[in-house]
Amino acid sequence: MIVLNINGESRSVDVPDDMPLLWVLRDVIGLTGTKFGCGIAQCGACTVHLDGAAVRSCVLPVAAVGTKAVTTIEGVGASAVGKKVQQAWLDIEVVQCGYCQSGQIMSAAALLAATPEPSDAEIDVAMSGNICRCGTYVRIREAIRQVATGQKVAPQTLPNEAPNQAAATGQVLSFVRVEGVA
Amino acid sequence: MNVRFDQPLGESQPDNPSRREALKLGGLVVAFLWLGGGAKVLGRAAAQGPVAAGDAAFAPNAFIRVGTDGAVHLVMPSIEMGQGAYSGQATLLAEEMDLGLDQVVVEHAPANRKLYANPLLGEQATGGSTTIRFCWTTLRQAGAAARALLVGAAAAKWKVDPAQCTVARGVIRHEASGRSLGYGEVANAAAQLPVPDKVQEKDAAQFALIGKPLRRVDTAGKVDGSLQFGIDLRVPDMKVATVKACPTFGGKLVAVDDSRARQVPGFVAVLKIDNAVAAVGEHFWAAKQALDALDITWDHGPNAQYSTEQLFKDLAEASKHGTPIPGKAVGNVDGVKGKALEATYQLPLLAHATMEPQNAIVHVRPDGCDIWTGTQVPARCVDVAAKLTGLKPESIVVHNQYMGGGFGRRLFEDPVEQAVAFARQVSYPLKMVWTREEDIAHDRYRPAYYDRIAATLGDDGKPVAWTHRIASGSVLATFAPGAMGKNGMDSDAIECAADVPYEFPNMKVEWVRHDMPEGVHLGWWRGVGPVHNVFVVESFMDELAHAAGKDPLVYRREQLQKNPRALGVLNLAAEKAGWGKGSLPARVGRGVAVAAPFGSYLCVIVEAEVSPQGEVKLRRAVAAVDCGIAVNPNTVAAQVQGGLIFGWTAALYNGITIKHGAVEQHNFNDYRMMRINETPALEVHLVDSKEAPGGIGETGTVMAFPALFNALFAATGVRLRSYPIDRAALVQGPDALKAVITQATDRAAAAKEGMA
Repeated sequence: MIVLNINGESRSVDVPDDMPLLWVLRDVIGLTGTKFGCGIAQCGACTVHLDGAAVRSCVLPVAAVGTKAVTTIEGVGASAVGKKVQQAWLDIEVVQCGYCQSGQIMSAAALLAATPEPSDAEIDVAMSGNICRCGTYVRIREAIRQVATGQKVAPQTLPNEAPNQAAATGQVLSFVRVEGVA
Repeated sequence: MNVRFDQPLGESQPDNPSRREALKLGGLVVAFLWLGGGAKVLGRAAAQGPVAAGDAAFAPNAFIRVGTDGAVHLVMPSIEMGQGAYSGQATLLAEEMDLGLDQVVVEHAPANRKLYANPLLGEQATGGSTTIRFCWTTLRQAGAAARALLVGAAAAKWKVDPAQCTVARGVIRHEASGRSLGYGEVANAAAQLPVPDKVQEKDAAQFALIGKPLRRVDTAGKVDGSLQFGIDLRVPDMKVATVKACPTFGGKLVAVDDSRARQVPGFVAVLKIDNAVAAVGEHFWAAKQALDALDITWDHGPNAQYSTEQLFKDLAEASKHGTPIPGKAVGNVDGVKGKALEATYQLPLLAHATMEPQNAIVHVRPDGCDIWTGTQVPARCVDVAAKLTGLKPESIVVHNQYMGGGFGRRLFEDPVEQAVAFARQVSYPLKMVWTREEDIAHDRYRPAYYDRIAATLGDDGKPVAWTHRIASGSVLATFAPGAMGKNGMDSDAIECAADVPYEFPNMKVEWVRHDMPEGVHLGWWRGVGPVHNVFVVESFMDELAHAAGKDPLVYRREQLQKNPRALGVLNLAAEKAGWGKGSLPARVGRGVAVAAPFGSYLCVIVEAEVSPQGEVKLRRAVAAVDCGIAVNPNTVAAQVQGGLIFGWTAALYNGITIKHGAVEQHNFNDYRMMRINETPALEVHLVDSKEAPGGIGETGTVMAFPALFNALFAATGVRLRSYPIDRAALVQGPDALKAVITQATDRAAAAKEGMA
């Protein structure tokens, strides 16, 4: 039996030592928020935190985890930074298909926890291990900047609870998203 | 059955108004439409009512269910794969029903062509950037009819004129008497009223939701890991399989030795079909370990010597000696005098590489079959399962799921077919998950193309003759053979080549069909026909501008004077990008492309830099978009941003190559994706428009290629006519590569010194 600390809970699993953490999470424990994308640490969809550091769980043998705390997308919202990242992701509407976004959010949360005000170059370095096939990179950058600065750095979505009254007629539909302009 | 794929591009009904209307919409429409009245067919079927209504109190059509508790469920005819389709569809329905987006529950539609066929495709399919274009009418009508019935029921109860009632967030009010009722309270009564034939939809001035950047309905569960994709599902007693098909296209399985695999902890079984083997385990890891431990003997079959070189040799041969099918003829291109130019373009096969690998859970029982998968074609999944199992279609249920990307891949049900073929051999539910390697090696590839294009320029530099001959395989011929033209034309192959935004006095566009060898499968890929043709047309327009000695944007502007919407986006992009203003550093260039794919108009300007060693860096991009009314401008901008990156990824890195009949690429290490550090500053500007919505999901991808390649020409003077980008061709000169080597040597030397 291997004992893991996952999202603050102790979990015992009866699996081979060399089984990657990804499959322990997904297929044994049932935490499916962490995704399988490539199996060779090329895409970052499987990113989780090990004592706060972003790692690729698809190539991490479960026996190597030891007593380190594992945090997954299901648990990252418990931290202040993680929650802010998730909110910024919604406010800017980063997500398209969403399949890679668990990994993107885990990488972003690890970056911001370690470096609360990252430069653009630091954002690029920290996030370049995460592929997004839908191409949401522009908004990932913006969302990280939004968390770092506390400022609205891009157009925000309207919450859907907004009362649905007709807008004044002749409403301007022009919607401009300018990278890097606050 | 409403399947329209068996009706060819219809010479039979040349004057049918619906056909004319739909032809104007562009995109895949032309390929698939043959309905003459498909929308009506859908409307009638839908109005027949609640086949899929379940226990809802009020189900006036196939899309809306209102319970007595007031819960409003919207059943989505088009599936969500990241493009924002659920939010767009829900917005249209909620708008007409006067609901907030937070008040609706969205559901995947069951497999049912009668109720949920996309009238622009003639199939229950999500693709061709058609969702908003067809739902703009269909769902607004459905929503308006539902509202009329619910309000009618309340008004009858109160004995007042329905016109005196208002609705806000699902609550009906009669202001004069101060009375109000929720939708749920009148659902039963509304269900007794006859469904009206036609209800007036809202005027644009009344829109409360349409046009606003509302938050998507599907994203909250995608930021905390709670939303499940097909690959995340677990059903009781299931086992997990992973698969290896014969790497050689068309090859067969001969024998499997599983003695080593049986030693893998968690091993369950090995299953075989004629061209593939599956290892089954208690979990994916066991299955994967077991698969890797199999000793498999393949019969590599007739394609064992097939290669990319052969493919392009065959296409060139077909282009020169095959029988061209006429696609467009204007005037006479022969004998036109002037400056003649010609060029050949070659485009590679491409894989989809959706982030979520192909997967399906299939449970075949004696009396029925359940399939859990994310698919763009649920009804086709039923067809293929029925064929393989012999079960009645009505006993087969497809539980559609959120998809981790589609891009056309999930318009093909081959992974489901394969999963059923394995699952029918066992009693338990079988979850099949492909590895990334399997996904790359057994895709339905975007066709390769070989284009010969020529033009003659008049004294003013404008083209007076334009000839474009395309040679390729055909996706349509296998996907929907009945939709091929009577003359054998595949309208997708010439989409945006036959209908360019410019007017040429003499024009000839034709297509030569060249079928792939048995076992090499082609598929729809984001951008479909236009993603190929717009690259060739807009690259060649750039070549003509340079040959005419004109600024490429000004050259296009001169020829768009009769096309106001295309001209509009061209001028907007030019203004926002500062085209022609300021000076650029050496080896930095700007490229422009303009086109009208899928019923929308776009102009994209890319600024790119090429290092002396030939490495390409995108510095900035500006997109101007006129897609008519933008149902959700935030989603439109997102689709254009992401679509551009999808296209640039292929331009920079992608091309599936074949050696010994097998794909040479394996995973993201050798089938690379663009990453965040390569992403340029990116602006999207939307034109304020009152036109009906055009398609948007594929447009950015279409525009990405020519805008980038034209920028590379501007930066280097090198015209690239194929991709992925050939860096060697962009090297500044023989000394450039030496410079890199010297620099590296210097750095190594410096490092050594530093250490010493």
